[in-house]
Amino acid sequence: MKRIMLAAVAATMMLSGIAVSSADGGTLVLATTQKPRHLNPAVQSGIATAVPGTQIFATPVRFDENWNPQPYLAESWAFSDDGMALTLNLRKGATFHDGHPITSKDVAFSIETIKANHPFKTMFGPVEAIDTPDDHTAVLRLSAPHPALLLALSSALGVIIPEHIYGDGQDPKAHPRNSDTVGSGPFKLAEFKPGEHIILEKNENFFLEGYPKLDRIIIKNYKDVTSMVLAMDSGEVDMLPFLAGTRDIARLRKNASIEVTDQGYAAVGPINWLAFNTKHEIFKDVRVRQAVAYAIDRDFIVNALHSGFSTAATGPIHPGSPFFAPGVESYALDLDKAAALLDEAGYPAGSDGVRFSVELDYIPAFAEQQKSVAEYLRPQLKKVGIAVELRASPDFPSWAKRVSSHEFELTMDIVFNWGDPVIGVHRTYVCSNIRQGVIWSNTQSYCNEEVDALLDAAGKEIDQAKRQALYRQAQQIIVDEVPLAFLNTLPYHTAYNKNKVGNPPLSIWGAMAPLDKVTVQ
Amino acid sequence: MSLIWLIGKRLLYAVALITAVLVLNFSLLHLAPGDPADVIAGEMGGATAELLAEIRALYGLDKPFLVQLGMYLQRAYQGDLGMSFYYNLPVVDLILQRLPATILLVFTALIFATVGGTVLGVLAARKPGGFTSSMVTLLSLVGYAAPIFWTGLMLIILFGVVIPFFPISGLYNVAKMATGLSWVVDIAHHLVLPSFTLGVVYLALYSRLTRASMLEVMQTDYVRTARAKGAHERTVYLRHALRNAILPVVTMAGLQFGSLISGAVLVETVFNWPGLGTLVFESVIARDYPTVLGVLFFSATLVIAANLVTDLVYRMIDPRIRLRD
Repeated sequence: MKRIMLAAVAATMMLSGIAVSSADGGTLVLATTQKPRHLNPAVQSGIATAVPGTQIFATPVRFDENWNPQPYLAESWAFSDDGMALTLNLRKGATFHDGHPITSKDVAFSIETIKANHPFKTMFGPVEAIDTPDDHTAVLRLSAPHPALLLALSSALGVIIPEHIYGDGQDPKAHPRNSDTVGSGPFKLAEFKPGEHIILEKNENFFLEGYPKLDRIIIKNYKDVTSMVLAMDSGEVDMLPFLAGTRDIARLRKNASIEVTDQGYAAVGPINWLAFNTKHEIFKDVRVRQAVAYAIDRDFIVNALHSGFSTAATGPIHPGSPFFAPGVESYALDLDKAAALLDEAGYPAGSDGVRFSVELDYIPAFAEQQKSVAEYLRPQLKKVGIAVELRASPDFPSWAKRVSSHEFELTMDIVFNWGDPVIGVHRTYVCSNIRQGVIWSNTQSYCNEEVDALLDAAGKEIDQAKRQALYRQAQQIIVDEVPLAFLNTLPYHTAYNKNKVGNPPLSIWGAMAPLDKVTVQ
Repeated sequence: MSLIWLIGKRLLYAVALITAVLVLNFSLLHLAPGDPADVIAGEMGGATAELLAEIRALYGLDKPFLVQLGMYLQRAYQGDLGMSFYYNLPVVDLILQRLPATILLVFTALIFATVGGTVLGVLAARKPGGFTSSMVTLLSLVGYAAPIFWTGLMLIILFGVVIPFFPISGLYNVAKMATGLSWVVDIAHHLVLPSFTLGVVYLALYSRLTRASMLEVMQTDYVRTARAKGAHERTVYLRHALRNAILPVVTMAGLQFGSLISGAVLVETVFNWPGLGTLVFESVIARDYPTVLGVLFFSATLVIAANLVTDLVYRMIDPRIRLRD
């Protein structure tokens, strides 16, 4: 009898096309070169902390692959009609890893901690107060409607941390328990060896019945991408998220037991661009910036430099976002137009064909996104009479110092959208964010009050269609005025062993979201 | 008496040397553009000016350079290497976590290089111009000329991917959760490729050195005397010739201990070996001053200790040095 049933189950599974059996248990080995400083995403953003952090800490909601919010720690939620309050109804019986119940007080504490310490101030900026009428209800009161709020309460951003551990008065940014966490998510920390590995064990008392499927996740930190890719190729590693090297992607594609997908990076939204210092004598003229944009062949960057694995970026919002506006001016390659614009701007070609020379900053360690693109731009811009001198920075902090002090003319840069434009897009364009010494602020010194007004309105618009329209207008103006020449999206891919791994993380947050449904064979 | 004097003198040197290492590197690191707050902001995907100021205040980075240096040295002399800016953990903990892996790697490579190099050198010296000699010469030239990271990557492709015989990354297989003897075996298995990669350059050098030195010693009068008195050929080789011929190898091994540690940075990176080499490299990029200085403190100590050991080994091998004191 038992055998027959097993056969029936197997047959059903074959019919439904499930290649990997969804048996519980097992260990997933995940590899990354990103080394987290610590494991508390409430006070530390970034991929490195988010991958383990979202396993250890749950969030009120999570998002599926189509940008739909799903219940997680909150069973349900509702915005008030005027959009000035959000009520979260928390799951009953949920506990932290140390057995303490998760209450609305912890939710309030977490949001306040994030608001005060997290680098993305716009996430909970409009949250004025959090009421906790009972243990399972939290009401976030806003100073203005804030449509990005649910995203800010989702994976990688709005983690719920226990007040009885992190609320002891110590600075949360340097809290000793950030590396020895007590969390609320599907996995708990078993071992953290900085820069080496993180071992996460199944949380037996996880609030979602039947999850997580895995017994254990091992996150191995690699120092060298080539070694890491070879380890994936040889089967030492089961999953490799945030793979961006096109040769590495191509190599792993050839392995029949490995699946390589670009799903799961819609929220992080990474864009590679060429930034202008719009305060610079030459680049303050919009015509010069447009000329540079017209002189760049993005097809060449995407197809030749990135072997077709990246896609062209045409504006400030990543194509994976619901607010991406297709059909804005895309600066198709036009060298004549570029030359004409430069003539018009008062930079005639000299006897040697050179109109002016500028310096381009980049970080050679970003070989494909920055180094090869910068090396391509040099002869390419020469075609329209712009002599580019490349200035390599030895490492990230050297480059960051230079660019954040506005001591640059042109620079390569990679910036993430971080889910909602309010979090990752506005910061690059609004006049109020032109600051000295802060990297990934408005280091271009671009300022247009109309753009400011549009972005401000879009950030407060609850109606999705109206919001999209506002962002469309803003994107149009930004692209016309080119404070940045948008080049390409980063070709982030996730490689996984398809004979072993079931339910790979393909939601908008990819591996920066709970891996509770992932199985291994 | 002379031995104690020797060690005492070396300790005095050591304190001065380590102070110099710390001051020099502290200054060099501060000359590099950008500070840990920039790195942390980069890691976080952006930050506000207020947050950057808070981070700088948290780690005392807002104080003048000399004040920071003074505070660091004062604490260091009391045995407190401080907290890592990057990991927010005590530097000593980070280092002690990584130190065993580096020591294991470097010493295995060193033993492999000296023993292997000596054996190959002696073999090559027996018949200069013969087949063995030519092969040793060829191999040592290739081994010496190939860059360490290239050798490592080639070995990974050959023995990790093409013929998957050795594990290619890490100190042990974390996923296996092995304990006891099987854990030791696992580590030994993981150790093969990295220690071979690191050792092969030095093995090449030492085999050449031993060969040249053996050839020279074999011409000397005392070897002729030994042979004349009817000593067995093996005794002549090992007792009379090798004992003298090995001195340059010991000298070089002692001198090169420092470069062996720096070579370990590359090998550790390629093989994902959780050692000090990669820790210092990562910490320089992260401008994590306390960790960099802590690692330099430990490796300077290691080099000084290695030089001391070299001297002692010298005294064991060469009685003339003992007699001179």
